[in-house]
Amino acid sequence: MVAESFENAPPRAAASAKEPIRREGFSLSHLVESGFYWGTAFFAGLVLLITVLIAFQLWRTSLPAIHAFGWKFLTTSTWDPVADVYGAWPFIYGTLMSSFLALLLAVPIGVGTAVFLAELSPKWMRTPLSFMVELLAAVPSVVYGLWGVLVMVPALRPFQSWLSEHFSSIPLFVGAPMGYSMMAGGLILAIMILPFITAISREVIKAVPPTQREAAFGLGATHWEAIKGPILKSARSGIIGAIILGLARALGETMAITMVIGNGNGANISLLAPANTLSSALANQFAEASGQQVSALMYLALVLFGITIVVNAMARFLIWRMARDLGRAA
Amino acid sequence: MKKFTLGAGTLAVGAAIVLSGCGGREQTAQNGDSGTTAATGAPSSGIELTGAGATFPYPIYSKWFDAYKMAKGTAVNYQSVGSGAGIKQLKAKTVDFGASDAPLKDKDLKEMPSEVLHIPTVAGAVVLAYNLPDVKGLKLDGPTIADIFLGKIKKWNDPKIAALNTGLKLPDTPFTIAHRSDGSGTTYLFTNYLEAVSPEWKTKVGSGKSVQWPVGLGGKGNDGVTGVIKSPGGFGYVELTYALENGLSYASVKNNAGKFVEPSAESTTAAAKGALEAVKKDVRAPIMNAAGEGAYPIAGFTYILAYKKMDDPKKAAALKDLLHWAMKDGEKMAPELHYAALPDELVAINEKAIDSIQ
Repeated sequence: MVAESFENAPPRAAASAKEPIRREGFSLSHLVESGFYWGTAFFAGLVLLITVLIAFQLWRTSLPAIHAFGWKFLTTSTWDPVADVYGAWPFIYGTLMSSFLALLLAVPIGVGTAVFLAELSPKWMRTPLSFMVELLAAVPSVVYGLWGVLVMVPALRPFQSWLSEHFSSIPLFVGAPMGYSMMAGGLILAIMILPFITAISREVIKAVPPTQREAAFGLGATHWEAIKGPILKSARSGIIGAIILGLARALGETMAITMVIGNGNGANISLLAPANTLSSALANQFAEASGQQVSALMYLALVLFGITIVVNAMARFLIWRMARDLGRAA
Repeated sequence: MKKFTLGAGTLAVGAAIVLSGCGGREQTAQNGDSGTTAATGAPSSGIELTGAGATFPYPIYSKWFDAYKMAKGTAVNYQSVGSGAGIKQLKAKTVDFGASDAPLKDKDLKEMPSEVLHIPTVAGAVVLAYNLPDVKGLKLDGPTIADIFLGKIKKWNDPKIAALNTGLKLPDTPFTIAHRSDGSGTTYLFTNYLEAVSPEWKTKVGSGKSVQWPVGLGGKGNDGVTGVIKSPGGFGYVELTYALENGLSYASVKNNAGKFVEPSAESTTAAAKGALEAVKKDVRAPIMNAAGEGAYPIAGFTYILAYKKMDDPKKAAALKDLLHWAMKDGEKMAPELHYAALPDELVAINEKAIDSIQ
């Protein structure tokens, strides 16, 4: 309602307000104005140009592999540098699966922590806890990797052997409990994306207008009812944005996951089996690759590029639709 | 002392990478620098050599190039970027020499702009390291090693291993097999050995800097593999220098003469000696499974690659001097860094090749 009346009224007022300024300092202010416009447009265009150039370069260098393997590259599982036969499926599966596992763990913990920090926690806990969360985001990925190798992987082994002893009828838990595994990869990614999801979700929840909160409490809602209803609903698109950011980090993460995922061959459904991701394959093999292997690796990079674009586009779409629905409801 | 040189070397390579970022254009600036810094050693010759390639010989190369600069005043920048990248840079002539753990194949040699010489500098051994706290002095032979890496032998107390180790109490632990996940000269050497001892390995997997491993966990670099080997029942291959520095236990391997030989700098030099006939014909010849009772079977050279005809005669003279120095004085430094020095016969072959550089 308010927005509508505002939109109708101002055009004339704005135009008349602009006129005198133009007349007074015409040349200089006009120059600054158009310079500002073109300057910022140039920077924005630069971002677009860089993205297009990266895609083009990846496509160009992967051409030999694209010609040799075509779309089959995406679905076959052989990666044999000796025979020069390459297929990307284990790496695609590894990237998607490890990121999915990471979200599965990090979303409930992250959003839960955010709700606690923004709505429930006593004041004296809020600052130190928030600080710890942000500190987690600043830890370099190789440090996470080292911690993974020295602490997490050995700690996972007894748990995994328990799983394989008692639940080996489930295909997810079949195999030797070696520690280095898809499970370890998903776990380390979860820890790494947790601070992003928590910190952004907390800000979004804090930004929910206090009137919403007060209205809910005024109607007799409990904490739980107020949070699950109005608060999380208004913060929903922001929280999804936070999750997407976490997912983007998980998809591209290289160092830490390479150190714990085991770099095994083949796509294996078991979480105890070693796996591989697109980015870790690139990091591992690029330095010593030659000939067809280089273009196959470039093809992998192109696939990773494609996956991140698709995931981001899907996320945008989700947020857009949600915002639209919310707008309709209001 | 060793720690110190390694640390200084790391700094040097960091600087080298920064300086050589733009290729030849930076040369003049570097020459200016070396003129002042060389004041502590011999007077600067005003010439700077750059090289790039293998990581395996990096510790000894950085020691050599430090000592050489002190002795002769010529600075040598070596970037340990990996054999593959070193060969690419040599091909593009952005460096004066390359370094590789695997010799170039005939086909690759033809693709180089002009004739390239292989100069073997030191030899290294690949050892089979294991993590069994109660087992000392493990013995293995080629076919058994291949079967383990093919996934056919799954447990440490397998009869095939027990047969080689009478008297040892082997645990009922499954193997945690470690291999390199990155492309490397170590893998090249090791898979070449497996190919030589196991027909099944040859048809199923083959050899190269990276292969499709049938089983096992991949670790990035020697340190990554070491991490996996330290798991319960861990077993994998690393360079001898690395195993010694990290205190890993490693196996004696049965050689061509039927003797179990422990890997060491001496037994690696013995392997180079045992393969001398083949090496005389072509320095690229493999030295694995060499003849001789004391020869360790999984050994190989690392090579410096140089153009026979260099574009700049001043640099050609400098490189010749450097390589002659390495053969004469450098080889003596090999044992303390756990590399194997070349046998005298091979040094003589190298000297001839170095003389032919123009």
